[in-house]
Amino acid sequence: MEKLARAHVLICGGTGCSSSGSKVIIPALREKLQAKGMEGEIKIVETGCHGLCEMGPLVIVYPEGVFYIRVQPTDVDEIVETHLIKGRVVERLLYREPATLETVPDYDDIAFYKKQKRYALINCGHINPESIEEYIGADGYEGLAKALSMNPEEVIEEIKSSGLRGRGGGGFPTGLKWQFTRSASGDKKYVICNADEGDPGAFMDRSILEGDPHRVLEGMAICGYAVGADEGYIYCRAEYPLAIKRLRGAIAQAEEAGLLGEGILGSGFNFTLHIKEGAGAFVCGEETALMASIEGRRGMPRPRPPFPANSGLWGKPTNINNVETFANVPSIMRDGAGYFASQGTETSKGTKVFALTGKINNTGLAEVPMGITMREIIYDIGGGIPDGKKFKAVQIGGPSGGCLPEQLLDLAIDYESLAKAGAMMGSGGLVVMDETTCMVDVARYFLNFTQDESCGKCTPCREGTKRMLEILNRICDGNGREDDIPLLESLSRSIKAGSLCALGQTAPNPVLSTLNFFRGEYEAHIKDHKCPAGACTALIGYKINEKCRGCGLCKKVCPVDAISGEIKAMHVIDELVCIKCGACQAKCPFKAIDKG
Amino acid sequence: MSSVTDTKAKITIDGQEVTVPKSYTILQAARAAGINIPHLCYHPELAREGNCRVCLVEIEGGRSLAASCVYPVSDGMKVYTNTPIVRETRKTVVELMLANHPEDCLFCVKNRHCELQEIAADLGIRKVRFHGERRSAEIDDSNPSIVRDPEKCILCTRCVRACSERQGLDIYCIANRGFGSIVEPAFGLGLDKVACTYCGQCTTVCPTAALTERDDTQSVWDALADPDKYVVVQTAPSVRIGLGEEFGMKSGGIVTGKMVAVLRRMGFDKVFDTDFAADLTIMEEGHELLHRLKNGGVLPMMTSCSPGWVNFVETMHPEIIPHLSSAKSPQGMFGATVKTFFAERSGVNPAKIVSVAVMPCTAKKWEAKRPQLNDSGYRDVDIVITTREFARMIKQMGIDFMGLPEEEFDSPMGLSSGAGQIFGATGGVMEAALRTAYEVYTGKTLENIDFRGVRGLDGIKESSVDLGDGMILKVVVAHTLRNAEKLVQRILAGEADYHFIEIMACPGGCLGGGGMPYPTDTDIRRARIDAIYNADARMKYRKSHENPAIKELYETWMGKPLGERAHRLLHTHYTPIEDRLK
Amino acid sequence: MAIKSLDDLRKIKERARQSTAARHENETQVIVGMGTCGIAAGARTVMTAILDEISRRGLRNVSVLQTGCIGMCQREPLVDIVRPGEPRVTYGNVKPEDVPRIINEHLVNGRILTDMVVAKI
Repeated sequence: MEKLARAHVLICGGTGCSSSGSKVIIPALREKLQAKGMEGEIKIVETGCHGLCEMGPLVIVYPEGVFYIRVQPTDVDEIVETHLIKGRVVERLLYREPATLETVPDYDDIAFYKKQKRYALINCGHINPESIEEYIGADGYEGLAKALSMNPEEVIEEIKSSGLRGRGGGGFPTGLKWQFTRSASGDKKYVICNADEGDPGAFMDRSILEGDPHRVLEGMAICGYAVGADEGYIYCRAEYPLAIKRLRGAIAQAEEAGLLGEGILGSGFNFTLHIKEGAGAFVCGEETALMASIEGRRGMPRPRPPFPANSGLWGKPTNINNVETFANVPSIMRDGAGYFASQGTETSKGTKVFALTGKINNTGLAEVPMGITMREIIYDIGGGIPDGKKFKAVQIGGPSGGCLPEQLLDLAIDYESLAKAGAMMGSGGLVVMDETTCMVDVARYFLNFTQDESCGKCTPCREGTKRMLEILNRICDGNGREDDIPLLESLSRSIKAGSLCALGQTAPNPVLSTLNFFRGEYEAHIKDHKCPAGACTALIGYKINEKCRGCGLCKKVCPVDAISGEIKAMHVIDELVCIKCGACQAKCPFKAIDKG
Repeated sequence: MSSVTDTKAKITIDGQEVTVPKSYTILQAARAAGINIPHLCYHPELAREGNCRVCLVEIEGGRSLAASCVYPVSDGMKVYTNTPIVRETRKTVVELMLANHPEDCLFCVKNRHCELQEIAADLGIRKVRFHGERRSAEIDDSNPSIVRDPEKCILCTRCVRACSERQGLDIYCIANRGFGSIVEPAFGLGLDKVACTYCGQCTTVCPTAALTERDDTQSVWDALADPDKYVVVQTAPSVRIGLGEEFGMKSGGIVTGKMVAVLRRMGFDKVFDTDFAADLTIMEEGHELLHRLKNGGVLPMMTSCSPGWVNFVETMHPEIIPHLSSAKSPQGMFGATVKTFFAERSGVNPAKIVSVAVMPCTAKKWEAKRPQLNDSGYRDVDIVITTREFARMIKQMGIDFMGLPEEEFDSPMGLSSGAGQIFGATGGVMEAALRTAYEVYTGKTLENIDFRGVRGLDGIKESSVDLGDGMILKVVVAHTLRNAEKLVQRILAGEADYHFIEIMACPGGCLGGGGMPYPTDTDIRRARIDAIYNADARMKYRKSHENPAIKELYETWMGKPLGERAHRLLHTHYTPIEDRLK
Repeated sequence: MAIKSLDDLRKIKERARQSTAARHENETQVIVGMGTCGIAAGARTVMTAILDEISRRGLRNVSVLQTGCIGMCQREPLVDIVRPGEPRVTYGNVKPEDVPRIINEHLVNGRILTDMVVAKI
């Protein structure tokens, strides 16, 4: 039997913390513990993501649950000497609340986590994702065991009464989807997990796959049992190598344990899983394109009907859900639908993971009950806007979504309210923008993304998004035309109504919602040739005002020699030469350079 | 539930109730209700893609508009084809296509035959609101038959589907994505570097001028204008049954006499008939079959008149080359005969003869350039134009084609039998060969000369003929290369116990060829087939070996079928494509 | 490891729970003084002995914590036992061989070893 360790040091090995350096902490810590002869009493556990990626690499020391942030290899000595040996917390590595700047030693007391209700993410960061035993220790595979003791219809009924809806974007009721596939005629059926997460800034699926891969396998197996499928595919983008590695390991472990394969848990249920690596086309997140890609064809969507539930992978009835949806399933099965159904709003039950990015203090992943307000997410969990800047808008739902302005911050978030506000839940990516963000530029950014990711199959998306982007580009470049706004609106209507798949049908949303809430900014660009946020370089200029003391610093820092002036005399910027890099303004000690 | 509601759906289109089969799409149902929904990527004979988004309609309760060409009807469905959002979206979609398309309609080869142009006109598009980047790509004219202009492509993928579904070849694919998408052969290679058979089926389905036949009409005008040249023309059996469609006749009208008349007015020195050479082909091919039967030659023997098919064999299945008849195609036999026999008879210097062929076929342009087809001592055939190019030449002349008198072909190479005429239809070469082979083999007169078992549009048609003495001749006919491939696979598996196989690369045979007038669909093919067999039935001679001109040719000049001169002039050989590409 | 039934699954779960027990702070605690003074007096070997004893007995829901110098350096190594709802008891001059007794008598059975107690809070 494994010897009891008095303390566990959990080091986040998620992609976020890995890239900020967590990989080198583990050997440093191991070396230090060996030197101290403590390797037997302290256990090092590499976990998945904790969500607070901004603060990584994260290290948590149990049993006390002390939460250390931005830990570097040079900090290891102190953690061992002070904390693990002497039992004293290393103050300087503690997390500080952005609002109060107070340190918070305890994981559970950090505001970022306090308002969260972790359900799909419950194990992420708390177990070793490469150990099936740790997953089982955290109640893993009990949901599957329970499902196998019920009949498939009862399983579907349970999922239905939980109110779970697809977490990938559409929000279709999961139980109903399962039922369609179950009712479809056919001996051979498939379950597919859509792990082709592609919205800019969204990474909840990756975190789940990296931090708790067995949860997804269990969810898929339960689904397979419910719909009558004996084979499944996980379509995971190849840009997620760690997720794929963990999934492969997890599948191997589950097969060895008899939790996948033939006669699972002594029942007559067989279920095998394959991983298919996607090559990074955003459109392959669309279910029919995804299936085409698995079949080895060009990843392009096809018109529906027929729906995958009737004619999916290789023409067989197929149920597709995304990672987060499947991750909710095991707990719903194990504990019953009650808890999940008690969370959230009337139409949108349970919790949802949001990815916080942009101009926000705590970038990261937060799982919250549906119905929470945007204000709570951004200010209570996200810690507000950095550098004392003013909040301007939050973009939700990725390239298919829309921007919500300040006046909608108190909107209770669910599928319906967001759609009504011209945004959408999407996969739950939140991009927070402050006063320095230009909303035309934001629309352009998202349109550039969809335009780039359009598969090219249907005319409105292929040609229409290109023309929209061209119009937005010229507006940002100061060449907008009087009728550009109506032209954008007309194109948006046609692309929404006419495109073949959801990628095109939702592509104009970022433009429409910014036009709706920030029309004035568009007009300022077109009519006044001004970018109110000061973001569009073609529309801004730098001028030196009378505060100038003639110190010459700006002249020195200007990369294109656009500034002239004698020492102690007021300097001048040559607008024709200036490339608007802003270096002079940043350097000026007297605030003598204005942007406008 | 009654059987009617099991198979039929009642739907409402623009307030009008229609009951249609449940297998119908909205587009089909609308047509039944007298509403023609505009469409571009949809083609009745190809898989439905729903990618152009022109045929959009509004379905009550639907989240967005639906492509009516792919959307199946269901009972109780309410459809609107003419609402403001439908009109606006259709118009915008076509406008978007035009914004990425050259504005050269006035001098485009497809002017007045372009489906995009027609739809833009129907939808009343008066300006394009978008001006930005356009696809820029080189024209591919690397081969003798087909010109590919990717800038005119609207990515409807009809060519991709036609090549794949009809011919099983997949020459075209979509490369890149989004706005950079382009339809092209793999790796952007030219059509001369891929396994294209030049059948031209892609050009028959392309709604714009992205895929067209190579235009060789100017070479013909140049030859006709050159006083030093003696210009002769041959016209293939299918040309006379499709040409009228270009001048407002309904499909199936035959314009042989007017066609001869117009060729004379163009200035051809002699107007001959490929049908004559078709009879010649039967003589040689029929005897070759009997020779193979008697002497244990390679069987089954396969026809070699269709250049798309020959190209397919050389490219994809060089291992079955020994099965191909060594007989040249009628065009090839005509070419070799006109510069030898005719030149000698008429005292024309063969060096001055320009031999022009009017063909239903784009691959014939390639065939004429085969290096081995120079047995006359010159290029056997100099210029090949398709039916479509021929029609354009007639229009350039400004002549009232339909008002022309009926005229006769010149002799001696203008007289033909019904057997030569039916070469244009799938099964026609087989039937013509059987008429002759039977009589040559048995020495008896064939009473019932209609071999109905090899006629019609079924993809693969098996039949047999009792030649007496226990000799049952087993034959099979296939059209399209997809069906041809099936037979090739049977041969390779040793499962083909046929004696004789006819293959034509195009659906319906030459009358559905890659160079025939637009549009071509099943109904049109059927009408053309009926015309061909009606013409055959009215012919004075119906068996190739009874054609007096053919008899005279053999008796006075050519010698015997398969004889020394015939062997030199009328037979050829085939080369695996690897060798040719080297 | 082949899991053939729910019982098999639960067995593995029990085992796994034990190996991850350190990830919760339990109400039952053993606290070892690990200041410089404690370590110099042999707290390390005492700590190891405690961990071995707890493993050997398969005890669950016990947290082994460490603390710094509490000012009774002459009595180090110091070991505190905390049981839910009971006063915290500090033992002094603990040697590794005392550990099984402390664990068995006090931690498991709640009988305080009065001979070794230096403080009660």
